[in-house]
Amino acid sequence: MSGWEEIYRENILEHYRHPRNHGTIEQPDITYEDANPLCGDVLRMDFKVRDGRIERVRFSGHGCSISQASASMLCERIEGMPLEEAKTISREDVLEMLGIELGPVRLKCALLALKTMKAGLYGLGGWPGEDEER
Amino acid sequence: MSHVMRGQPGGAAPAALPRTFDPAVVRADFPLLRRPQGKPFAYLDSAATSQKPESVLAAMDHHYRHCNANIHRGIYAMAEEATAAYEDSRRRVAQLVNARSPREIVFTRNSTEALNLVAHAYGRWALQPGDAVVLTEMEHHSNLVPWQMLAREKGLELRFVPMTGSGELDLDALPGLLADGRAKLVGVVHISNVLGTVNPAAEIARLAHAAGAVVVLDASQSVPHCPVDVRALGCDFMAFTGHKMLGPTGIGVLWARRELLEAMPPFLGGGEMIREVHLTESKWNELPWKFEAGTMPIAEAVGLGAAVDYLERLGLDAVFAHDRALAAYAIERLREIPDLTVLGPAADRRGGVVAFTLADIHPHDIATVLDAEGVAVRAGHHCAMPLHEKLGIPASTRASFHCYSLEAEVDAMIAGLRRARSIFAR
Repeated sequence: MSGWEEIYRENILEHYRHPRNHGTIEQPDITYEDANPLCGDVLRMDFKVRDGRIERVRFSGHGCSISQASASMLCERIEGMPLEEAKTISREDVLEMLGIELGPVRLKCALLALKTMKAGLYGLGGWPGEDEER
Repeated sequence: MSHVMRGQPGGAAPAALPRTFDPAVVRADFPLLRRPQGKPFAYLDSAATSQKPESVLAAMDHHYRHCNANIHRGIYAMAEEATAAYEDSRRRVAQLVNARSPREIVFTRNSTEALNLVAHAYGRWALQPGDAVVLTEMEHHSNLVPWQMLAREKGLELRFVPMTGSGELDLDALPGLLADGRAKLVGVVHISNVLGTVNPAAEIARLAHAAGAVVVLDASQSVPHCPVDVRALGCDFMAFTGHKMLGPTGIGVLWARRELLEAMPPFLGGGEMIREVHLTESKWNELPWKFEAGTMPIAEAVGLGAAVDYLERLGLDAVFAHDRALAAYAIERLREIPDLTVLGPAADRRGGVVAFTLADIHPHDIATVLDAEGVAVRAGHHCAMPLHEKLGIPASTRASFHCYSLEAEVDAMIAGLRRARSIFAR
Protein backbone atom coordinates (compact mmCIF):
# COMPACT_ATOMS: atom_id res chain seq x y z
CA MET A 1 0.00 0.00 0.00
CA SER A 2 1.34 3.42 -0.84
CA GLY A 3 -1.63 5.60 0.04
CA TRP A 4 -1.64 8.65 2.27
CA GLU A 5 -2.24 6.34 5.24
CA GLU A 6 1.41 5.28 4.92
CA ILE A 7 2.60 8.79 5.69
CA TYR A 8 -0.17 10.19 7.82
CA ARG A 9 -0.03 7.55 10.51
CA GLU A 10 -1.99 8.17 13.66
CA ASN A 11 1.08 9.21 15.69
CA ILE A 12 1.89 11.95 13.18
CA LEU A 13 -1.67 13.25 13.05
CA GLU A 14 -1.91 13.07 16.83
CA HIS A 15 1.17 15.29 17.26
CA TYR A 16 -0.05 17.57 14.48
CA ARG A 17 -3.46 18.04 16.09
CA HIS A 18 -2.10 18.27 19.63
CA PRO A 19 1.44 19.53 19.40
CA ARG A 20 3.57 19.18 22.55
CA ASN A 21 5.81 22.02 23.68
CA HIS A 22 4.20 24.48 21.31
CA GLY A 23 4.76 28.15 22.07
CA THR A 24 7.60 30.48 22.95
CA ILE A 25 9.73 31.15 26.03
CA GLU A 26 10.25 34.64 27.38
CA GLN A 27 13.95 35.41 27.75
CA PRO A 28 15.17 32.05 26.47
CA ASP A 29 18.81 31.06 26.95
CA ILE A 30 18.91 29.93 23.34
CA THR A 31 16.64 30.77 20.49
CA TYR A 32 17.07 29.83 16.88
CA GLU A 33 14.90 30.18 13.81
CA ASP A 34 15.35 28.33 10.56
CA ALA A 35 13.33 28.02 7.39
CA ASN A 36 12.84 25.58 4.58
CA PRO A 37 13.23 27.77 1.49
CA LEU A 38 11.51 25.17 -0.65
CA CYS A 39 8.13 25.52 0.99
CA GLY A 40 8.47 28.56 3.22
CA ASP A 41 8.13 26.60 6.45
CA VAL A 42 9.50 28.55 9.39
CA LEU A 43 10.45 27.00 12.72
CA ARG A 44 11.69 28.70 15.86
CA MET A 45 12.90 26.85 18.92
CA ASP A 46 13.40 28.47 22.33
CA PHE A 47 15.42 26.75 25.04
CA LYS A 48 15.77 27.31 28.77
CA VAL A 49 18.92 25.61 29.98
CA ARG A 50 19.90 24.83 33.57
CA ASP A 51 22.86 22.79 34.83
CA GLY A 52 23.59 21.53 31.35
CA ARG A 53 20.09 20.26 30.84
CA ILE A 54 17.32 21.44 28.56
CA GLU A 55 14.92 22.54 31.23
CA ARG A 56 12.26 23.78 28.83
CA VAL A 57 11.90 23.83 25.08
CA ARG A 58 9.15 25.38 22.97
CA PHE A 59 8.65 25.56 19.22
CA SER A 60 6.67 27.98 17.09
CA GLY A 61 6.30 28.93 13.46
CA HIS A 62 4.33 27.38 10.67
CA GLY A 63 4.71 24.34 8.52
CA CYS A 64 3.20 21.13 7.25
CA SER A 65 2.05 18.27 9.45
CA ILE A 66 5.35 16.43 9.02
CA SER A 67 7.51 19.36 10.13
CA GLN A 68 5.12 20.23 12.97
CA ALA A 69 4.88 16.65 14.18
CA SER A 70 8.63 16.14 14.05
CA ALA A 71 9.16 19.37 16.03
CA SER A 72 6.60 18.25 18.58
CA MET A 73 8.19 14.80 18.93
CA LEU A 74 11.70 16.17 19.12
CA CYS A 75 10.79 18.73 21.79
CA GLU A 76 8.99 16.10 23.84
CA ARG A 77 12.05 13.92 23.65
CA ILE A 78 14.71 16.49 24.52
CA GLU A 79 12.98 18.32 27.34
CA GLY A 80 14.96 17.40 30.45
CA MET A 81 17.77 15.89 28.42
CA PRO A 82 21.43 16.91 28.92
CA LEU A 83 22.50 19.34 26.21
CA GLU A 84 25.33 17.09 25.10
CA GLU A 85 22.99 14.18 24.64
CA ALA A 86 20.54 16.27 22.63
CA LYS A 87 23.39 17.30 20.37
CA THR A 88 23.97 13.68 19.43
CA ILE A 89 20.44 13.05 18.14
CA SER A 90 20.72 12.02 14.51
CA ARG A 91 18.47 12.17 11.49
CA GLU A 92 17.95 8.42 11.83
CA ASP A 93 16.65 9.00 15.36
CA VAL A 94 14.15 11.56 14.07
CA LEU A 95 12.98 9.33 11.23
CA GLU A 96 12.60 6.49 13.70
CA MET A 97 10.44 8.69 15.93
CA LEU A 98 8.25 9.54 12.95
CA GLY A 99 8.19 5.92 11.84
CA ILE A 100 7.57 6.64 8.17
CA GLU A 101 9.43 6.58 4.89
CA LEU A 102 9.67 9.89 3.09
CA GLY A 103 10.75 11.10 -0.31
CA PRO A 104 13.55 13.66 -0.61
CA VAL A 105 11.26 16.72 -0.52
CA ARG A 106 9.27 15.72 2.53
CA LEU A 107 12.49 14.57 4.22
CA LYS A 108 13.48 18.23 4.43
CA CYS A 109 10.20 18.93 6.24
CA ALA A 110 10.89 16.08 8.64
CA LEU A 111 14.41 17.25 9.45
CA LEU A 112 13.76 20.99 9.83
CA ALA A 113 13.28 20.64 13.60
CA LEU A 114 16.52 18.69 14.01
CA LYS A 115 18.42 21.24 11.93
CA THR A 116 16.99 24.10 13.97
CA MET A 117 17.81 22.39 17.25
CA LYS A 118 21.40 21.61 16.23
CA ALA A 119 22.04 25.11 14.95
CA GLY A 120 20.69 26.47 18.24
CA LEU A 121 22.63 24.13 20.49
CA TYR A 122 25.93 24.24 18.64
CA GLY A 123 25.70 28.00 18.31
CA LEU A 124 25.88 28.23 22.08
CA GLY A 125 29.49 29.45 22.15
CA GLY A 126 28.93 32.47 24.37
CA TRP A 127 26.48 31.00 26.82
CA PRO A 128 27.65 31.57 30.43
CA GLY A 129 28.39 28.43 32.35
CA GLU A 130 29.07 26.43 29.27
CA ASP A 131 32.67 25.68 30.22
CA GLU A 132 31.85 24.39 33.71
CA GLU A 133 29.50 21.79 32.33
CA ARG A 134 32.05 20.07 30.21
CA MET B 1 -5.47 47.70 -32.15
CA SER B 2 -5.22 50.49 -29.64
CA HIS B 3 -6.99 49.01 -26.67
CA VAL B 4 -6.79 45.53 -25.26
CA MET B 5 -9.73 44.19 -23.34
CA ARG B 6 -9.05 43.39 -19.69
CA GLY B 7 -8.52 39.71 -19.21
CA GLN B 8 -7.43 39.24 -22.79
CA PRO B 9 -3.73 38.71 -23.28
CA GLY B 10 -3.75 40.89 -26.34
CA GLY B 11 -2.26 40.52 -29.72
CA ALA B 12 -3.99 39.11 -32.73
CA ALA B 13 -7.57 40.17 -33.33
CA PRO B 14 -9.94 37.53 -31.99
CA ALA B 15 -10.93 34.99 -34.60
CA ALA B 16 -14.56 35.15 -35.67
CA LEU B 17 -15.14 31.54 -34.76
CA PRO B 18 -12.55 30.10 -32.39
CA ARG B 19 -11.46 26.62 -33.24
CA THR B 20 -12.06 23.93 -30.68
CA PHE B 21 -10.52 20.56 -29.98
CA ASP B 22 -11.30 17.59 -27.83
CA PRO B 23 -8.72 17.32 -25.03
CA ALA B 24 -9.40 13.60 -24.77
CA VAL B 25 -8.26 13.22 -28.38
CA VAL B 26 -5.30 15.59 -27.90
CA ARG B 27 -4.22 13.45 -24.98
CA ALA B 28 -3.53 10.50 -27.22
CA ASP B 29 -0.62 12.48 -28.69
CA PHE B 30 1.13 12.60 -25.29
CA PRO B 31 2.88 9.32 -24.45
CA LEU B 32 3.25 10.16 -20.76
CA LEU B 33 -0.47 10.73 -20.35
CA ARG B 34 -1.53 7.40 -21.74
CA ARG B 35 -2.85 5.88 -18.59
CA PRO B 36 -0.89 2.87 -17.35
CA GLN B 37 -3.00 -0.17 -16.36
CA GLY B 38 -5.88 1.42 -14.50
CA LYS B 39 -3.72 3.61 -12.28
CA PRO B 40 -5.17 7.11 -12.28
CA PHE B 41 -2.84 9.97 -13.08
CA ALA B 42 -4.09 13.54 -13.21
CA TYR B 43 -1.30 15.91 -14.18
CA LEU B 44 -2.31 19.37 -12.96
CA ASP B 45 1.10 21.03 -12.92
CA SER B 46 1.51 22.33 -16.46
CA ALA B 47 2.46 25.82 -15.26
CA ALA B 48 5.60 24.20 -13.84
CA THR B 49 6.28 22.24 -17.00
CA SER B 50 4.07 20.89 -19.75
CA GLN B 51 4.00 17.36 -21.08
CA LYS B 52 5.41 16.70 -24.57
CA PRO B 53 3.60 15.39 -27.61
CA GLU B 54 4.96 12.53 -29.68
CA SER B 55 5.89 14.94 -32.51
CA VAL B 56 8.31 16.86 -30.26
CA LEU B 57 9.95 13.67 -29.02
CA ALA B 58 10.18 12.38 -32.58
CA ALA B 59 11.75 15.58 -33.89
CA MET B 60 14.47 15.48 -31.23
CA ASP B 61 15.02 11.78 -31.71
CA HIS B 62 15.29 12.28 -35.46
CA HIS B 63 17.84 15.03 -34.95
CA TYR B 64 20.14 12.84 -32.88
CA ARG B 65 19.67 9.74 -35.03
CA HIS B 66 19.88 11.31 -38.46
CA CYS B 67 21.35 14.81 -38.48
CA ASN B 68 23.43 15.39 -35.38
CA ALA B 69 26.22 17.81 -36.23
CA ASN B 70 27.30 21.14 -34.86
CA ILE B 71 25.62 24.09 -36.51
CA HIS B 72 26.96 27.06 -38.45
CA ARG B 73 30.37 25.44 -38.87
CA GLY B 74 30.67 22.17 -40.67
CA ILE B 75 31.00 22.37 -44.45
CA TYR B 76 29.26 19.09 -45.00
CA ALA B 77 25.71 18.13 -45.77
CA MET B 78 24.69 16.95 -42.32
CA ALA B 79 25.97 20.10 -40.61
CA GLU B 80 24.06 22.16 -43.11
CA GLU B 81 20.96 20.13 -42.45
CA ALA B 82 21.31 20.63 -38.69
CA THR B 83 21.84 24.36 -39.18
CA ALA B 84 18.77 24.56 -41.39
CA ALA B 85 16.64 22.75 -38.79
CA TYR B 86 17.91 25.02 -35.99
CA GLU B 87 17.30 28.19 -37.96
CA ASP B 88 13.94 26.93 -39.15
CA SER B 89 12.85 26.65 -35.51
CA ARG B 90 13.89 30.24 -35.00
CA ARG B 91 11.70 31.29 -37.95
CA ARG B 92 8.73 29.39 -36.54
CA VAL B 93 9.15 31.02 -33.15
CA ALA B 94 9.44 34.44 -34.81
CA GLN B 95 6.18 33.82 -36.67
CA LEU B 96 4.48 32.58 -33.54
CA VAL B 97 4.97 35.88 -31.72
CA ASN B 98 4.80 38.03 -34.89
CA ALA B 99 8.39 39.28 -34.66
CA ARG B 100 9.51 41.51 -37.50
CA SER B 101 12.40 39.18 -38.24
CA PRO B 102 13.90 35.91 -36.99
CA ARG B 103 16.91 38.05 -36.06
CA GLU B 104 14.85 39.29 -33.14
CA ILE B 105 14.70 35.78 -31.69
CA VAL B 106 17.60 34.84 -29.40
CA PHE B 107 17.70 31.30 -28.07
CA THR B 108 18.58 30.97 -24.40
CA ARG B 109 18.43 28.20 -21.81
CA ASN B 110 15.06 29.30 -20.40
CA SER B 111 13.04 32.39 -19.43
CA THR B 112 15.30 33.03 -16.46
CA GLU B 113 18.36 33.19 -18.67
CA ALA B 114 16.54 35.43 -21.13
CA LEU B 115 15.66 37.86 -18.33
CA ASN B 116 19.20 37.72 -16.97
CA LEU B 117 20.44 38.47 -20.47
CA VAL B 118 18.33 41.63 -20.50
CA ALA B 119 19.54 42.65 -17.03
CA HIS B 120 23.21 41.97 -17.75
CA ALA B 121 23.57 43.06 -21.36
CA TYR B 122 20.95 45.79 -21.66
CA GLY B 123 20.49 46.88 -18.03
CA ARG B 124 24.14 47.12 -17.13
CA TRP B 125 24.78 49.10 -20.31
CA ALA B 126 21.73 51.35 -20.46
CA LEU B 127 20.83 52.03 -16.84
CA GLN B 128 22.72 54.58 -14.75
CA PRO B 129 23.00 55.07 -10.98
CA GLY B 130 19.86 56.79 -9.74
CA ASP B 131 17.66 55.29 -12.45
CA ALA B 132 14.64 53.31 -11.33
CA VAL B 133 13.34 49.91 -12.41
CA VAL B 134 9.60 49.37 -12.00
CA LEU B 135 8.44 45.81 -11.31
CA THR B 136 5.25 44.38 -9.84
CA GLU B 137 4.44 42.60 -6.60
CA MET B 138 3.34 39.50 -8.51
CA GLU B 139 6.61 38.77 -10.31
CA HIS B 140 8.14 35.33 -10.45
CA HIS B 141 11.57 35.35 -8.80
CA SER B 142 13.11 35.18 -12.27
CA ASN B 143 11.92 38.71 -13.06
CA LEU B 144 12.80 39.99 -9.60
CA VAL B 145 16.18 38.67 -8.53
CA PRO B 146 18.16 39.71 -11.67
CA TRP B 147 16.93 43.29 -11.12
CA GLN B 148 17.79 43.18 -7.43
CA MET B 149 21.31 42.10 -8.35
CA LEU B 150 21.61 44.83 -10.96
CA ALA B 151 20.14 47.44 -8.62
CA ARG B 152 22.79 46.64 -6.03
CA GLU B 153 25.56 46.75 -8.60
CA LYS B 154 24.48 49.95 -10.36
CA GLY B 155 22.75 51.84 -7.58
CA LEU B 156 19.27 51.60 -9.06
CA GLU B 157 16.00 52.10 -7.26
CA LEU B 158 13.40 49.33 -7.42
CA ARG B 159 9.75 50.34 -7.47
CA PHE B 160 6.73 48.10 -7.44
CA VAL B 161 3.27 48.27 -8.92
CA PRO B 162 1.11 47.08 -6.01
CA MET B 163 -1.21 44.11 -6.24
CA THR B 164 -4.80 44.30 -5.06
CA GLY B 165 -6.38 41.76 -2.74
CA SER B 166 -8.05 40.09 -5.71
CA GLY B 167 -4.64 39.54 -7.28
CA GLU B 168 -4.69 42.18 -9.98
CA LEU B 169 -2.25 45.00 -10.61
CA ASP B 170 -3.26 48.38 -9.30
CA LEU B 171 -2.56 50.14 -12.58
CA ASP B 172 -3.68 53.47 -11.18
CA ALA B 173 -0.40 53.48 -9.28
CA LEU B 174 1.77 53.12 -12.39
CA PRO B 175 1.70 56.75 -13.62
CA GLY B 176 2.89 57.88 -10.19
CA LEU B 177 5.78 55.40 -10.28
CA LEU B 178 6.79 56.76 -13.69
CA ALA B 179 6.15 60.45 -13.00
CA ASP B 180 9.64 61.64 -12.03
CA GLY B 181 11.16 60.36 -15.26
CA ARG B 182 13.76 58.26 -13.45
CA ALA B 183 12.10 54.94 -14.31
CA LYS B 184 13.96 53.61 -17.35
CA LEU B 185 12.69 50.06 -17.39
CA VAL B 186 9.39 48.39 -16.52
CA GLY B 187 9.37 44.63 -15.97
CA VAL B 188 6.05 42.81 -15.73
CA VAL B 189 4.70 39.30 -15.85
CA HIS B 190 2.13 38.78 -18.61
CA ILE B 191 0.14 36.02 -16.92
CA SER B 192 0.82 35.32 -13.23
CA ASN B 193 2.12 31.81 -12.61
CA VAL B 194 0.29 31.71 -9.27
CA LEU B 195 -2.95 33.59 -9.79
CA GLY B 196 -3.40 33.25 -13.52
CA THR B 197 -4.07 36.98 -13.69
CA VAL B 198 -3.81 38.32 -17.24
CA ASN B 199 -2.05 41.66 -16.97
CA PRO B 200 -2.84 44.43 -19.48
CA ALA B 201 0.59 44.37 -21.10
CA ALA B 202 -0.30 46.71 -23.97
CA GLU B 203 -1.63 49.35 -21.59
CA ILE B 204 1.46 49.05 -19.37
CA ALA B 205 3.74 49.36 -22.41
CA ARG B 206 1.88 52.47 -23.56
CA LEU B 207 2.28 54.16 -20.16
CA ALA B 208 5.92 53.09 -19.84
CA HIS B 209 6.87 54.32 -23.29
CA ALA B 210 5.16 57.65 -22.70
CA ALA B 211 7.45 58.02 -19.66
CA GLY B 212 10.56 56.99 -21.61
CA ALA B 213 10.96 53.49 -20.15
CA VAL B 214 11.48 50.22 -22.00
CA VAL B 215 9.24 47.25 -21.20
CA VAL B 216 10.38 43.72 -20.36
CA LEU B 217 7.56 41.19 -20.51
CA ASP B 218 7.84 37.83 -18.76
CA ALA B 219 5.66 35.77 -21.09
CA SER B 220 6.48 32.37 -19.58
CA GLN B 221 2.81 31.61 -18.91
CA SER B 222 1.27 33.43 -21.88
CA VAL B 223 3.14 32.40 -25.05
CA PRO B 224 2.56 28.69 -24.24
CA HIS B 225 -1.21 29.19 -23.84
CA CYS B 226 -2.56 32.04 -25.93
CA PRO B 227 -1.86 34.13 -29.03
CA VAL B 228 0.80 36.74 -28.28
CA ASP B 229 1.73 39.41 -30.79
CA VAL B 230 4.77 41.43 -29.77
CA ARG B 231 3.97 44.19 -32.24
CA ALA B 232 0.42 44.60 -30.96
CA LEU B 233 1.58 44.52 -27.35
CA GLY B 234 4.28 47.07 -28.04
CA CYS B 235 6.82 45.75 -25.54
CA ASP B 236 10.60 45.88 -26.05
CA PHE B 237 11.82 42.59 -24.59
CA MET B 238 9.89 39.37 -24.05
CA ALA B 239 11.06 36.14 -22.40
CA PHE B 240 9.53 32.68 -22.58
CA THR B 241 10.60 29.08 -22.27
CA GLY B 242 10.25 25.94 -24.36
CA HIS B 243 9.39 23.41 -21.69
CA LYS B 244 6.15 25.14 -20.67
CA MET B 245 4.92 25.15 -24.29
CA LEU B 246 5.05 21.42 -25.00
CA GLY B 247 8.74 21.64 -25.94
CA PRO B 248 11.85 20.34 -24.18
CA THR B 249 13.74 21.83 -21.24
CA GLY B 250 17.00 23.63 -21.92
CA ILE B 251 15.70 26.00 -24.58
CA GLY B 252 14.21 29.41 -23.96
CA VAL B 253 13.64 32.52 -25.99
CA LEU B 254 14.37 36.19 -25.72
CA TRP B 255 12.53 38.31 -28.25
CA ALA B 256 13.67 41.92 -28.43
CA ARG B 257 13.31 44.83 -30.79
CA ARG B 258 16.09 44.65 -33.32
CA GLU B 259 17.36 48.19 -32.65
CA LEU B 260 17.91 47.30 -29.00
CA LEU B 261 19.68 44.03 -29.78
CA GLU B 262 21.88 45.83 -32.30
CA ALA B 263 22.81 48.59 -29.87
CA MET B 264 23.41 46.64 -26.67
CA PRO B 265 26.60 44.70 -25.94
CA PRO B 266 26.64 40.88 -25.94
CA PHE B 267 25.84 38.75 -22.90
CA LEU B 268 28.16 35.72 -22.86
CA GLY B 269 31.45 35.80 -24.72
CA GLY B 270 32.90 32.87 -26.64
CA GLY B 271 32.61 30.99 -29.88
CA GLU B 272 29.92 31.73 -32.46
CA MET B 273 29.05 35.18 -31.09
CA ILE B 274 32.04 36.80 -32.83
CA ARG B 275 32.85 37.88 -36.34
CA GLU B 276 36.56 38.51 -35.80
CA VAL B 277 38.74 37.71 -32.82
CA HIS B 278 42.15 39.25 -32.18
CA LEU B 279 44.22 38.71 -29.09
CA THR B 280 42.97 41.80 -27.31
CA GLU B 281 39.67 42.61 -28.99
CA SER B 282 36.87 41.13 -31.06
CA LYS B 283 34.05 42.18 -33.32
CA TRP B 284 30.62 40.83 -32.57
CA ASN B 285 28.66 38.58 -34.86
CA GLU B 286 25.47 39.84 -36.43
CA LEU B 287 22.06 39.21 -34.90
CA PRO B 288 20.91 36.99 -33.38
CA TRP B 289 24.15 34.97 -33.11
CA LYS B 290 25.84 37.84 -31.24
CA PHE B 291 23.86 36.57 -28.24
CA GLU B 292 24.36 32.85 -28.78
CA ALA B 293 27.82 32.03 -27.49
CA GLY B 294 29.06 28.47 -27.56
CA THR B 295 27.26 25.41 -28.88
CA MET B 296 23.55 25.92 -28.37
CA PRO B 297 20.96 23.27 -27.42
CA ILE B 298 20.38 22.25 -31.02
CA ALA B 299 18.10 19.24 -30.54
CA GLU B 300 16.08 21.27 -28.03
CA ALA B 301 15.65 24.08 -30.55
CA VAL B 302 14.43 21.52 -33.07
CA GLY B 303 12.04 20.14 -30.46
CA LEU B 304 10.77 23.64 -29.74
CA GLY B 305 10.08 24.14 -33.45
CA ALA B 306 7.96 20.97 -33.43
CA ALA B 307 6.14 22.22 -30.31
CA VAL B 308 5.30 25.49 -32.04
CA ASP B 309 3.92 23.50 -34.98
CA TYR B 310 1.80 21.43 -32.65
CA LEU B 311 0.41 24.44 -30.82
CA GLU B 312 -0.39 26.18 -34.07
CA ARG B 313 -2.21 23.12 -35.36
CA LEU B 314 -4.39 23.18 -32.23
CA GLY B 315 -4.74 26.94 -32.49
CA LEU B 316 -3.56 29.02 -29.55
CA ASP B 317 -6.92 30.78 -29.35
CA ALA B 318 -8.50 27.36 -28.90
CA VAL B 319 -5.89 26.34 -26.32
CA PHE B 320 -6.58 29.48 -24.32
CA ALA B 321 -10.35 29.01 -24.51
CA HIS B 322 -9.91 25.43 -23.27
CA ASP B 323 -7.58 26.44 -20.40
CA ARG B 324 -9.89 29.21 -19.27
CA ALA B 325 -13.00 27.04 -19.42
CA LEU B 326 -11.22 24.47 -17.29
CA ALA B 327 -10.11 27.13 -14.79
CA ALA B 328 -13.71 28.35 -14.56
CA TYR B 329 -14.89 24.78 -14.01
CA ALA B 330 -12.23 24.21 -11.33
CA ILE B 331 -13.18 27.42 -9.50
CA GLU B 332 -16.83 26.41 -9.53
CA ARG B 333 -16.05 22.94 -8.15
CA LEU B 334 -13.61 24.31 -5.55
CA ARG B 335 -16.38 26.51 -4.19
CA GLU B 336 -18.18 23.34 -3.08
CA ILE B 337 -15.46 22.66 -0.50
CA PRO B 338 -15.91 24.39 2.85
CA ASP B 339 -13.04 26.56 4.14
CA LEU B 340 -11.42 26.69 0.70
CA THR B 341 -10.27 30.05 -0.65
CA VAL B 342 -9.46 30.52 -4.34
CA LEU B 343 -6.70 33.09 -4.87
CA GLY B 344 -6.71 35.59 -7.69
CA PRO B 345 -9.27 37.20 -9.95
CA ALA B 346 -12.55 35.97 -11.41
CA ALA B 347 -12.38 33.24 -14.03
CA ASP B 348 -12.92 35.65 -16.92
CA ARG B 349 -9.77 37.55 -16.00
CA ARG B 350 -7.35 34.66 -15.76
CA GLY B 351 -5.62 31.93 -17.69
CA GLY B 352 -5.53 28.23 -16.87
CA VAL B 353 -4.09 28.53 -13.37
CA VAL B 354 -5.97 28.14 -10.09
CA ALA B 355 -4.23 28.47 -6.70
CA PHE B 356 -6.01 28.10 -3.40
CA THR B 357 -5.73 27.56 0.33
CA LEU B 358 -7.79 25.05 2.33
CA ALA B 359 -8.43 26.00 5.96
CA ASP B 360 -5.05 25.99 7.73
CA ILE B 361 -3.93 22.77 6.08
CA HIS B 362 -0.42 23.15 4.76
CA PRO B 363 -0.17 22.86 0.95
CA HIS B 364 2.48 20.16 1.32
CA ASP B 365 0.01 18.01 3.19
CA ILE B 366 -2.66 18.67 0.59
CA ALA B 367 -0.27 17.79 -2.24
CA THR B 368 0.83 14.61 -0.47
CA VAL B 369 -2.77 13.41 -0.06
CA LEU B 370 -3.53 14.32 -3.68
CA ASP B 371 -0.39 12.50 -4.84
CA ALA B 372 -1.59 9.35 -3.11
CA GLU B 373 -4.80 9.71 -5.16
CA GLY B 374 -2.80 10.09 -8.38
CA VAL B 375 -3.26 13.85 -8.67
CA ALA B 376 -0.13 15.95 -9.28
CA VAL B 377 -0.38 19.58 -8.14
CA ARG B 378 2.17 22.14 -7.04
CA ALA B 379 2.48 23.15 -3.39
CA GLY B 380 4.61 25.95 -2.01
CA HIS B 381 5.33 29.52 -3.00
CA HIS B 382 5.74 28.78 -6.72
CA CYS B 383 8.83 31.02 -6.93
CA ALA B 384 6.71 34.02 -5.97
CA MET B 385 7.40 34.62 -2.28
CA PRO B 386 6.58 38.37 -2.33
CA LEU B 387 3.19 37.62 -3.86
CA HIS B 388 2.37 35.17 -1.07
CA GLU B 389 3.66 37.62 1.52
CA LYS B 390 1.34 40.25 0.11
CA LEU B 391 -1.60 37.85 0.36
CA GLY B 392 -0.56 37.04 3.93
CA ILE B 393 -0.06 33.32 3.36
CA PRO B 394 3.16 31.29 3.48
CA ALA B 395 2.23 29.01 0.61
CA SER B 396 -0.57 27.80 -1.62
CA THR B 397 -1.66 24.78 -3.63
CA ARG B 398 -1.88 25.28 -7.39
CA ALA B 399 -3.59 23.40 -10.20
CA SER B 400 -2.68 24.40 -13.74
CA PHE B 401 -3.80 23.19 -17.12
CA HIS B 402 -2.80 22.74 -20.74
CA CYS B 403 -4.46 21.46 -23.87
CA TYR B 404 -4.56 17.85 -22.61
CA SER B 405 -6.16 18.62 -19.24
CA LEU B 406 -9.61 17.19 -18.51
CA GLU B 407 -12.56 18.04 -16.31
CA ALA B 408 -12.24 14.52 -14.92
CA GLU B 409 -8.81 15.47 -13.58
CA VAL B 410 -10.31 18.43 -11.78
CA ASP B 411 -12.94 16.06 -10.36
CA ALA B 412 -10.18 13.77 -9.07
CA MET B 413 -8.56 16.75 -7.36
CA ILE B 414 -11.85 17.76 -5.74
CA ALA B 415 -12.30 14.25 -4.32
CA GLY B 416 -8.73 14.33 -2.98
CA LEU B 417 -9.30 17.72 -1.37
CA ARG B 418 -12.35 16.41 0.46
CA ARG B 419 -10.21 13.59 1.78
CA ALA B 420 -7.42 15.98 2.84
CA ARG B 421 -9.96 18.08 4.68
CA SER B 422 -11.22 15.10 6.65
CA ILE B 423 -7.71 13.85 7.48
CA PHE B 424 -6.42 17.16 8.78
CA ALA B 425 -9.51 18.49 10.50
CA ARG B 426 -8.59 19.64 13.98
